[in-house]
Amino acid sequence: MGIIKASRLIFDYIRRDENENIEEVDRAIDDLSVDVEKGSFVAILGHNGSGKSTLAKQINGILVPTEGTVWVCGMDTSDENQIWEIRRRTGMVFQNPDNQIIANVVEEDVGFGPENIGVPTEDIWTRVNESLEAVGMTAYRYKSPNKLSGGQKQRVAIAGVMAMRPECIVLDEPTAMLDPNGRREVIKTVRQLNRQEGITVLLITHYMEEVVHADRVIVMDDGKIVMDGTPREIFSRVEELKACRLDVPQVTELAYELRKAGLDLPEGILSQEELLEHLVPLLKGGRG
Amino acid sequence: MAIRAEHLTYIYNPGTALEQKALDAVSFEIPDGQFVGLIGHTGSGKSTLIQHLNGLVKPTSGVIYYNEEDIHGEGYSLRQLRGRVGLVFQYPEHQLFEVDVLSDVCYGPRNLGLSQEEVMERAKEALLAVGMKEKYWEQSPFELSGGQKRRVAIAGVLAMKPEVLILDEPTAGLDPRGRDEILDEVWKLHREKGLTVILVSHSMEDMARYADRLIVMNHGRKAFDGPPKEVFEHYRELEAMGLAAPQVTYIANRLREQGIEIGNDITTVEEARDAILRLAGKQLSPEGAADQ
Amino acid sequence: MIREITIGQYYPVDSVLHRMDPRTKLFGTMVFIISLFLADNIWGYLIATLFLAVAIRTSRVPFSFMVRGLRAILFLLLISVSFNLFLTDGQELFRLGFLKVTREGLRMAGFMAVRLIYLVVGSSIMTLTTTPNQLTDGLEKSLGFLKRVGVPIHEISMMMSIALRFIPILVEETDKIMKAQMARGADFESGNLIQRARSMVPILVPLFISAFRRATDLAMAMEARCYHGGEGRTKMKPLRYAVRDYTAYLIYGAYLCLIAATKVAI
Repeated sequence: MGIIKASRLIFDYIRRDENENIEEVDRAIDDLSVDVEKGSFVAILGHNGSGKSTLAKQINGILVPTEGTVWVCGMDTSDENQIWEIRRRTGMVFQNPDNQIIANVVEEDVGFGPENIGVPTEDIWTRVNESLEAVGMTAYRYKSPNKLSGGQKQRVAIAGVMAMRPECIVLDEPTAMLDPNGRREVIKTVRQLNRQEGITVLLITHYMEEVVHADRVIVMDDGKIVMDGTPREIFSRVEELKACRLDVPQVTELAYELRKAGLDLPEGILSQEELLEHLVPLLKGGRG
Repeated sequence: MAIRAEHLTYIYNPGTALEQKALDAVSFEIPDGQFVGLIGHTGSGKSTLIQHLNGLVKPTSGVIYYNEEDIHGEGYSLRQLRGRVGLVFQYPEHQLFEVDVLSDVCYGPRNLGLSQEEVMERAKEALLAVGMKEKYWEQSPFELSGGQKRRVAIAGVLAMKPEVLILDEPTAGLDPRGRDEILDEVWKLHREKGLTVILVSHSMEDMARYADRLIVMNHGRKAFDGPPKEVFEHYRELEAMGLAAPQVTYIANRLREQGIEIGNDITTVEEARDAILRLAGKQLSPEGAADQ
Repeated sequence: MIREITIGQYYPVDSVLHRMDPRTKLFGTMVFIISLFLADNIWGYLIATLFLAVAIRTSRVPFSFMVRGLRAILFLLLISVSFNLFLTDGQELFRLGFLKVTREGLRMAGFMAVRLIYLVVGSSIMTLTTTPNQLTDGLEKSLGFLKRVGVPIHEISMMMSIALRFIPILVEETDKIMKAQMARGADFESGNLIQRARSMVPILVPLFISAFRRATDLAMAMEARCYHGGEGRTKMKPLRYAVRDYTAYLIYGAYLCLIAATKVAI
């Protein structure tokens, strides 16, 4: 079993009227099973309302399954006795950078999580120092969060999660409210944590450029997993992605179009380098 | 010509330690019916600039003319101007407040002092223009999906029947489909009703697809101003400003560096595809054109 | 206007005052305020001035920055000064129309102005050198005894700290909503009182909705980071008195004695 495992997971948002009678049931996750390997970088894609954020909230027990089970590090998320241990081990970063920073000074915010789980003072400082260093925000430790850019705020939020020494980080559209530079900053930080610290990463997004470097891409639609594979496998299925209200990076789309028109290119091209490597010999004729 | 800005300068907190020049002698003219893309990294002054165009912010120095009239001149009605130069802020759904969709959209035209019939008529027309069908009109705007809320908010500005529509990152936070729907609707309004559009966006791909002209802001100054193809030729300078050209422009440039004769004006996937296919077709002949 | 208020703002530099225990600073501010109302002659004020000057100097916060905070109370200052100036009976110095200015009035107005200014500058030294979190920590610990009688002191101080964090964000948001509604033709300046109050609805509704959304998000983020009340929590910056704090308390004592002495001696 991997670090996160969901088995036949169903989640319904239930709306009740004043008399507690069920008014409307909205099935956000529909019989979903998944197993995430420790140390991997998994991207979850899907349009708004595909159930991807609901899935994220299942992982640290903010929501608990209507049916089925979610295990995190072997613990069942519906077991209330283990909820704080589960939350410590799976950090969460949310979309709006302003609404997840609690303290008025960067370093104090990073220390918030360790304080909550009762870490001794000296250890809090070690953790805060390490976490700020890991996300490259040490220079801003005494600043007010209000003075930071969106990308920097998200890095502080990530540091806040890292200070809990989690095994896994779930990021729920962390870049949706950022500009392109902020987006790059955050993704770079997340990749580094995955590679250097071995943290398992679950990145939820609808920006396709961000998933190119993932180990595994899961595409959700209507509460179900509709595609699951390496970025290359997923990106070679351009038509299916478009049917799921997603689009592909321009390189991939161009390669796909050229291939469709009869050029001899491999499937699922992800980077400019790859495309050029195959395209240049073709265009230079048989001279190479 | 619709909008003319002359030497707009805007200084935040003048005379204090926090003094900061947000705009520095910016001049341009935007003729009727143009689709202008406005780009620049966060803090480049583009948000301040658009707030000048409908008189929300008064320049520290410089003049803005709308149809040749100074908008800060004596007796000029800024309220009427705001009806003619519609501004849709970022995350406009955060400004919804009424109990139902239709009433919310009526807010703008009612402020212009129109008759009740006229207000209703405009609101309905605007809602249909953004693809919000009648079945939604009685609903609370807060129960709609994110993309729908955004469209209602845009309708709220459209209902004032502006001649110029300014949108500040109208697609932020939407998924690709939601993004395409909004931009297609704006494009339709531009094409069918001749609306002048000023679009602020970080997506160079969208700019290449829709804009007739790009204005690039950097440190409060206008850095570039021209058709997207010309502006994107300066991709190296754009990078120095924290911006970029569309991915396909890079691909084309790198192909050219490899000695392949592809145009330097490629900004969309379709253009790239056609150009490459043409080249590939040529290459089938014995002598390569690439050598010349 | 709202942005100009420096009270409640933290000025990040490193100084003895910044490192001092927030409880010491809270107590010091209290001592200073009491001293201002005890002092009733020029010597008392001179000592208070010296005390304040030393405090400003040690805080390493630029003096001009503190003075900016005074702008917010300018109106209050003018009113209290004029009341004292014109409404105090005593030996008449000169007349301005029907208003007479007396020697005693002048004296009272002067003292009142000094008192108010010192009060604001004095308390702003505390807020400028103490992060809101430290401040609430200080309050939490100083008032900790109230927990025994059932006052949820941890929760209150957490709420204060969060409020301080979100005030600037909500101020900015208000500004944005106002501009957006103005772009839709709203007019907040003209009309009678009722019309004006009604014109606030399009600002207040979105602002409340936004505040609720932020609160929900924040609660979720806090829970995700294992926040579950004050029980079993440790502190990153626990409050511990250091030598400088004991020194400060000694100085407070000496200061109060001096002020009292001026009252008795002169």
